[in-house]
Amino acid sequence: MAEITKEDIRKPENLIYKKTELLTDKALSYCPGCGHGTAHRIVMEVLEEMDIQDKTIGIAPVGCSVLAYEFMNIDMQQAAHGRAPALATAVKRLNPDKFVFTYQGDGDLAAIGTAETIHACNRGENIVIIFINNGIYGMTGGQMAPTTLPGMKSSTSPYGRDVHMMGNPLKMTELVAQLPGTIYVTRQAVHTPANVRKTKKAIRKAFENQKLNKGLSFVEIVSNCNSGWKMNPVQANEWMVENMFPFYPLGDIKVND
Amino acid sequence: MAKVKGDIVIDIEKCKGCGVCIPACPNDVIALSKNVNGKGYNYAETVNEECIGCANCAIVCPDGVITVYRKKIE
Repeated sequence: MAEITKEDIRKPENLIYKKTELLTDKALSYCPGCGHGTAHRIVMEVLEEMDIQDKTIGIAPVGCSVLAYEFMNIDMQQAAHGRAPALATAVKRLNPDKFVFTYQGDGDLAAIGTAETIHACNRGENIVIIFINNGIYGMTGGQMAPTTLPGMKSSTSPYGRDVHMMGNPLKMTELVAQLPGTIYVTRQAVHTPANVRKTKKAIRKAFENQKLNKGLSFVEIVSNCNSGWKMNPVQANEWMVENMFPFYPLGDIKVND
Repeated sequence: MAKVKGDIVIDIEKCKGCGVCIPACPNDVIALSKNVNGKGYNYAETVNEECIGCANCAIVCPDGVITVYRKKIE
Protein backbone atom coordinates (compact mmCIF):
# COMPACT_ATOMS: atom_id res chain seq x y z
CA MET A 1 0.00 0.00 0.00
CA ALA A 2 1.38 3.34 -1.02
CA GLU A 3 2.00 5.84 1.72
CA ILE A 4 -0.66 8.54 1.90
CA THR A 5 0.70 12.04 2.21
CA LYS A 6 -0.99 15.02 3.80
CA GLU A 7 -1.40 16.54 0.34
CA ASP A 8 -3.51 13.51 -0.70
CA ILE A 9 -5.81 14.05 2.26
CA ARG A 10 -6.06 17.83 2.01
CA LYS A 11 -8.20 17.89 -1.10
CA PRO A 12 -11.58 19.58 -1.55
CA GLU A 13 -13.36 16.24 -2.08
CA ASN A 14 -12.12 15.03 1.32
CA LEU A 15 -13.32 18.13 3.17
CA ILE A 16 -15.35 17.21 6.24
CA TYR A 17 -15.66 20.44 8.14
CA LYS A 18 -14.74 24.06 7.69
CA LYS A 19 -15.93 27.32 9.19
CA THR A 20 -19.22 28.40 7.62
CA GLU A 21 -19.20 31.19 5.05
CA LEU A 22 -21.84 33.01 7.09
CA LEU A 23 -19.20 34.05 9.60
CA THR A 24 -17.03 36.91 8.42
CA ASP A 25 -13.24 36.60 8.28
CA LYS A 26 -12.79 39.02 11.17
CA ALA A 27 -11.14 37.57 14.26
CA LEU A 28 -13.75 37.22 17.02
CA SER A 29 -13.40 39.79 19.79
CA TYR A 30 -14.05 37.19 22.52
CA CYS A 31 -11.54 35.85 25.02
CA PRO A 32 -9.80 32.56 24.19
CA GLY A 33 -12.12 29.63 24.91
CA CYS A 34 -15.32 31.69 25.23
CA GLY A 35 -18.52 29.83 24.35
CA HIS A 36 -19.80 32.80 22.33
CA GLY A 37 -17.68 31.85 19.32
CA THR A 38 -19.08 28.33 19.20
CA ALA A 39 -22.62 29.62 19.70
CA HIS A 40 -22.20 32.14 16.85
CA ARG A 41 -20.93 29.41 14.57
CA ILE A 42 -23.72 26.92 15.21
CA VAL A 43 -26.42 29.55 14.76
CA MET A 44 -24.89 30.43 11.40
CA GLU A 45 -24.57 26.75 10.46
CA VAL A 46 -28.27 26.24 11.15
CA LEU A 47 -29.18 29.23 8.95
CA GLU A 48 -26.93 27.89 6.21
CA GLU A 49 -28.44 24.39 6.42
CA MET A 50 -31.97 25.79 6.27
CA ASP A 51 -30.88 28.16 3.46
CA ILE A 52 -32.59 31.14 5.10
CA GLN A 53 -29.60 33.45 5.50
CA ASP A 54 -31.08 36.04 3.13
CA LYS A 55 -34.42 36.02 5.01
CA THR A 56 -33.04 36.26 8.53
CA ILE A 57 -32.72 39.35 10.72
CA GLY A 58 -30.67 39.00 13.89
CA ILE A 59 -30.83 41.31 16.90
CA ALA A 60 -27.54 41.90 18.72
CA PRO A 61 -27.60 42.75 22.43
CA VAL A 62 -25.42 44.88 24.69
CA GLY A 63 -22.63 42.94 26.38
CA CYS A 64 -19.70 40.91 25.13
CA SER A 65 -21.66 39.98 22.00
CA VAL A 66 -22.54 43.60 21.15
CA LEU A 67 -20.40 43.30 18.04
CA ALA A 68 -22.16 40.12 16.84
CA TYR A 69 -23.17 42.01 13.69
CA GLU A 70 -19.49 42.29 12.79
CA PHE A 71 -19.11 38.52 12.75
CA MET A 72 -22.45 37.23 11.52
CA ASN A 73 -22.71 37.83 7.79
CA ILE A 74 -26.48 38.41 7.78
CA ASP A 75 -28.79 41.39 8.31
CA MET A 76 -28.51 42.53 11.90
CA GLN A 77 -29.62 45.34 14.13
CA GLN A 78 -28.23 46.17 17.52
CA ALA A 79 -30.76 46.92 20.26
CA ALA A 80 -30.65 49.15 23.34
CA HIS A 81 -29.62 47.30 26.50
CA GLY A 82 -32.09 44.48 27.17
CA ARG A 83 -34.56 45.61 24.50
CA ALA A 84 -33.75 42.96 21.91
CA PRO A 85 -37.05 41.03 22.33
CA ALA A 86 -39.01 44.28 21.94
CA LEU A 87 -37.08 45.17 18.78
CA ALA A 88 -37.46 41.60 17.50
CA THR A 89 -41.23 41.86 18.07
CA ALA A 90 -41.39 44.97 15.89
CA VAL A 91 -39.16 43.49 13.18
CA LYS A 92 -41.18 40.27 13.05
CA ARG A 93 -44.55 42.03 13.01
CA LEU A 94 -43.48 44.35 10.20
CA ASN A 95 -41.74 41.56 8.23
CA PRO A 96 -43.73 38.41 8.98
CA ASP A 97 -41.99 36.49 6.19
CA LYS A 98 -38.53 37.02 7.72
CA PHE A 99 -36.87 34.85 10.35
CA VAL A 100 -36.02 36.88 13.44
CA PHE A 101 -33.80 35.88 16.31
CA THR A 102 -32.23 37.66 19.27
CA TYR A 103 -28.83 36.73 20.67
CA GLN A 104 -28.50 37.87 24.29
CA GLY A 105 -26.30 37.36 27.30
CA ASP A 106 -27.49 36.98 30.86
CA GLY A 107 -26.79 40.55 31.90
CA ASP A 108 -28.86 41.75 28.96
CA LEU A 109 -31.73 39.25 29.05
CA ALA A 110 -32.06 38.43 32.75
CA ALA A 111 -31.27 41.81 34.33
CA ILE A 112 -32.17 44.98 32.46
CA GLY A 113 -34.26 43.15 29.85
CA THR A 114 -36.40 41.05 32.19
CA ALA A 115 -39.61 42.94 31.39
CA GLU A 116 -39.10 42.79 27.63
CA THR A 117 -38.20 39.11 27.74
CA ILE A 118 -41.12 38.06 29.92
CA HIS A 119 -43.69 40.04 27.97
CA ALA A 120 -42.38 38.91 24.59
CA CYS A 121 -42.52 35.30 25.84
CA ASN A 122 -45.98 35.81 27.32
CA ARG A 123 -47.32 37.35 24.10
CA GLY A 124 -45.90 34.41 22.19
CA GLU A 125 -44.14 36.46 19.54
CA ASN A 126 -43.02 34.24 16.70
CA ILE A 127 -39.26 34.72 17.27
CA VAL A 128 -36.26 32.75 18.51
CA ILE A 129 -34.40 33.92 21.63
CA ILE A 130 -30.87 32.59 22.11
CA PHE A 131 -29.72 33.22 25.67
CA ILE A 132 -26.06 32.76 26.61
CA ASN A 133 -25.79 32.27 30.37
CA ASN A 134 -22.34 32.46 31.97
CA GLY A 135 -23.49 33.63 35.40
CA ILE A 136 -21.55 36.89 35.33
CA TYR A 137 -21.33 40.28 33.64
CA GLY A 138 -18.41 39.40 31.40
CA MET A 139 -17.84 42.59 29.43
CA THR A 140 -17.70 45.06 32.30
CA GLY A 141 -15.28 43.04 34.44
CA GLY A 142 -16.97 40.05 36.02
CA GLN A 143 -19.54 41.66 38.31
CA MET A 144 -22.33 39.67 39.94
CA ALA A 145 -25.29 39.10 37.63
CA PRO A 146 -28.83 37.90 38.47
CA THR A 147 -27.73 34.44 37.28
CA THR A 148 -24.61 34.23 39.52
CA LEU A 149 -24.70 31.02 41.57
CA PRO A 150 -25.05 31.11 45.40
CA GLY A 151 -21.53 31.25 46.85
CA MET A 152 -19.94 32.09 43.49
CA LYS A 153 -17.19 34.68 43.62
CA SER A 154 -17.31 37.69 41.33
CA SER A 155 -15.72 41.12 41.44
CA THR A 156 -18.73 42.56 43.32
CA SER A 157 -19.20 39.48 45.54
CA PRO A 158 -15.58 38.70 46.47
CA TYR A 159 -16.57 36.42 49.37
CA GLY A 160 -19.13 34.56 47.27
CA ARG A 161 -22.78 35.42 46.64
CA ASP A 162 -24.61 35.53 49.96
CA VAL A 163 -28.27 34.86 49.14
CA HIS A 164 -29.49 36.52 52.37
CA MET A 165 -27.92 39.80 51.38
CA MET A 166 -27.73 39.64 47.59
CA GLY A 167 -30.82 37.63 46.76
CA ASN A 168 -31.26 34.41 44.85
CA PRO A 169 -30.20 33.60 41.30
CA LEU A 170 -32.87 33.90 38.64
CA LYS A 171 -33.67 30.81 36.57
CA MET A 172 -34.97 32.66 33.54
CA THR A 173 -35.49 29.56 31.42
CA GLU A 174 -37.71 27.78 33.98
CA LEU A 175 -39.58 31.06 34.43
CA VAL A 176 -40.44 31.58 30.77
CA ALA A 177 -41.39 27.90 30.43
CA GLN A 178 -44.38 28.68 32.68
CA LEU A 179 -45.73 31.24 30.22
CA PRO A 180 -48.36 30.18 27.68
CA GLY A 181 -46.68 31.94 24.73
CA THR A 182 -43.53 29.83 24.64
CA ILE A 183 -43.61 26.71 22.49
CA TYR A 184 -40.10 25.34 22.97
CA VAL A 185 -37.85 26.05 25.95
CA THR A 186 -34.55 24.25 26.33
CA ARG A 187 -31.18 24.56 28.06
CA GLN A 188 -28.00 23.36 26.36
CA ALA A 189 -24.21 23.85 26.50
CA VAL A 190 -21.33 24.09 24.02
CA HIS A 191 -18.29 22.77 25.90
CA THR A 192 -18.01 19.29 24.31
CA PRO A 193 -18.63 18.03 20.75
CA ALA A 194 -21.72 16.08 21.88
CA ASN A 195 -23.22 19.15 23.56
CA VAL A 196 -22.48 21.31 20.52
CA ARG A 197 -24.35 18.82 18.32
CA LYS A 198 -27.33 18.79 20.71
CA THR A 199 -27.38 22.58 20.87
CA LYS A 200 -27.33 22.77 17.10
CA LYS A 201 -30.34 20.43 16.93
CA ALA A 202 -32.15 22.59 19.49
CA ILE A 203 -31.48 25.77 17.51
CA ARG A 204 -32.59 24.04 14.33
CA LYS A 205 -35.84 23.02 16.03
CA ALA A 206 -36.35 26.59 17.23
CA PHE A 207 -36.03 27.99 13.69
CA GLU A 208 -38.27 25.21 12.33
CA ASN A 209 -40.90 26.27 14.88
CA GLN A 210 -40.64 29.82 13.62
CA LYS A 211 -41.06 28.59 10.05
CA LEU A 212 -44.35 26.94 11.08
CA ASN A 213 -45.48 30.10 12.97
CA LYS A 214 -45.82 28.12 16.19
CA GLY A 215 -44.66 30.72 18.71
CA LEU A 216 -41.64 31.71 20.70
CA SER A 217 -38.68 29.34 21.09
CA PHE A 218 -36.19 30.01 23.87
CA VAL A 219 -32.77 28.34 23.79
CA GLU A 220 -30.49 28.89 26.78
CA ILE A 221 -26.81 28.01 26.31
CA VAL A 222 -24.88 27.62 29.57
CA SER A 223 -21.43 28.96 28.76
CA ASN A 224 -18.15 29.67 30.47
CA CYS A 225 -16.52 33.03 31.20
CA ASN A 226 -12.94 32.05 31.87
CA SER A 227 -11.66 35.63 32.29
CA GLY A 228 -14.51 36.54 34.64
CA TRP A 229 -14.14 33.32 36.61
CA LYS A 230 -10.32 33.74 36.69
CA MET A 231 -9.56 30.29 35.25
CA ASN A 232 -8.07 28.90 32.09
CA PRO A 233 -10.59 27.78 29.43
CA VAL A 234 -10.33 24.04 30.14
CA GLN A 235 -10.62 24.55 33.92
CA ALA A 236 -13.56 26.88 33.35
CA ASN A 237 -15.38 24.17 31.38
CA GLU A 238 -14.73 21.67 34.20
CA TRP A 239 -15.91 24.18 36.78
CA MET A 240 -19.04 24.76 34.70
CA VAL A 241 -19.82 21.02 34.63
CA GLU A 242 -19.31 20.69 38.40
CA ASN A 243 -21.06 23.84 39.57
CA MET A 244 -23.29 25.35 36.88
CA PHE A 245 -24.98 22.18 35.64
CA PRO A 246 -26.38 21.05 39.05
CA PHE A 247 -28.07 24.45 39.34
CA TYR A 248 -28.89 24.87 35.64
CA PRO A 249 -29.62 21.28 34.49
CA LEU A 250 -29.38 20.69 30.75
CA GLY A 251 -32.24 19.39 28.67
CA ASP A 252 -35.61 20.33 27.20
CA ILE A 253 -37.87 22.06 29.71
CA LYS A 254 -40.94 22.54 27.56
CA VAL A 255 -41.71 21.02 24.16
CA ASN A 256 -45.16 21.71 22.69
CA ASP A 257 -45.78 20.13 19.32
CA MET B 1 -12.45 -3.03 6.63
CA ALA B 2 -11.86 0.28 5.03
CA LYS B 3 -9.68 2.52 7.14
CA VAL B 4 -9.85 6.25 7.28
CA LYS B 5 -7.12 8.78 7.58
CA GLY B 6 -7.72 12.36 8.49
CA ASP B 7 -5.87 15.59 8.65
CA ILE B 8 -6.56 19.00 10.12
CA VAL B 9 -5.40 22.42 9.02
CA ILE B 10 -5.16 25.03 11.78
CA ASP B 11 -5.21 28.72 10.97
CA ILE B 12 -2.45 29.52 13.46
CA GLU B 13 -2.77 33.29 13.15
CA LYS B 14 -6.42 33.15 14.26
CA CYS B 15 -5.91 30.49 16.93
CA LYS B 16 -6.12 31.93 20.45
CA GLY B 17 -4.54 28.90 22.15
CA CYS B 18 -7.49 28.23 24.46
CA GLY B 19 -6.82 24.47 24.34
CA VAL B 20 -10.50 23.43 24.26
CA CYS B 21 -9.72 21.21 21.25
CA ILE B 22 -7.13 19.15 23.16
CA PRO B 23 -9.51 17.17 25.46
CA ALA B 24 -11.99 16.85 22.55
CA CYS B 25 -9.51 14.85 20.42
CA PRO B 26 -9.87 11.07 20.91
CA ASN B 27 -6.35 10.36 19.61
CA ASP B 28 -4.36 13.14 21.31
CA VAL B 29 -3.33 14.63 17.98
CA ILE B 30 -3.36 18.26 19.11
CA ALA B 31 -1.12 20.08 21.58
CA LEU B 32 -0.25 23.70 22.19
CA SER B 33 2.91 24.84 20.48
CA LYS B 34 5.88 26.30 22.31
CA ASN B 35 5.97 29.04 19.69
CA VAL B 36 3.59 31.97 19.61
CA ASN B 37 1.66 33.54 16.75
CA GLY B 38 1.40 37.22 15.86
CA LYS B 39 -0.96 37.91 18.75
CA GLY B 40 1.29 36.18 21.27
CA TYR B 41 -0.81 33.07 21.80
CA ASN B 42 0.65 29.56 21.98
CA TYR B 43 -1.29 28.18 19.04
CA ALA B 44 -2.55 24.62 18.63
CA GLU B 45 -0.62 22.25 16.36
CA THR B 46 -0.71 18.60 15.36
CA VAL B 47 1.86 16.39 17.05
CA ASN B 48 1.25 12.98 15.45
CA GLU B 49 -0.35 11.29 12.44
CA GLU B 50 -3.20 9.55 14.27
CA CYS B 51 -5.96 11.92 13.06
CA ILE B 52 -9.13 10.10 11.91
CA GLY B 53 -10.98 13.20 10.73
CA CYS B 54 -13.75 13.02 13.34
CA ALA B 55 -14.02 16.85 13.40
CA ASN B 56 -14.54 16.96 17.17
CA CYS B 57 -11.80 19.60 17.51
CA ALA B 58 -13.32 21.77 14.79
CA ILE B 59 -16.80 21.52 16.33
CA VAL B 60 -15.69 22.78 19.75
CA CYS B 61 -13.21 25.39 18.48
CA PRO B 62 -14.73 28.73 19.53
CA ASP B 63 -12.91 30.60 16.80
CA GLY B 64 -13.55 28.14 13.98
CA VAL B 65 -9.89 27.96 12.96
CA ILE B 66 -9.77 24.21 12.24
CA THR B 67 -10.53 22.72 8.83
CA VAL B 68 -10.92 18.92 8.71
CA TYR B 69 -10.24 16.50 5.85
CA ARG B 70 -10.87 12.74 5.79
CA LYS B 71 -9.96 10.12 3.19
CA LYS B 72 -10.90 6.46 2.99
CA ILE B 73 -8.04 4.07 2.42
CA GLU B 74 -8.99 0.87 0.58
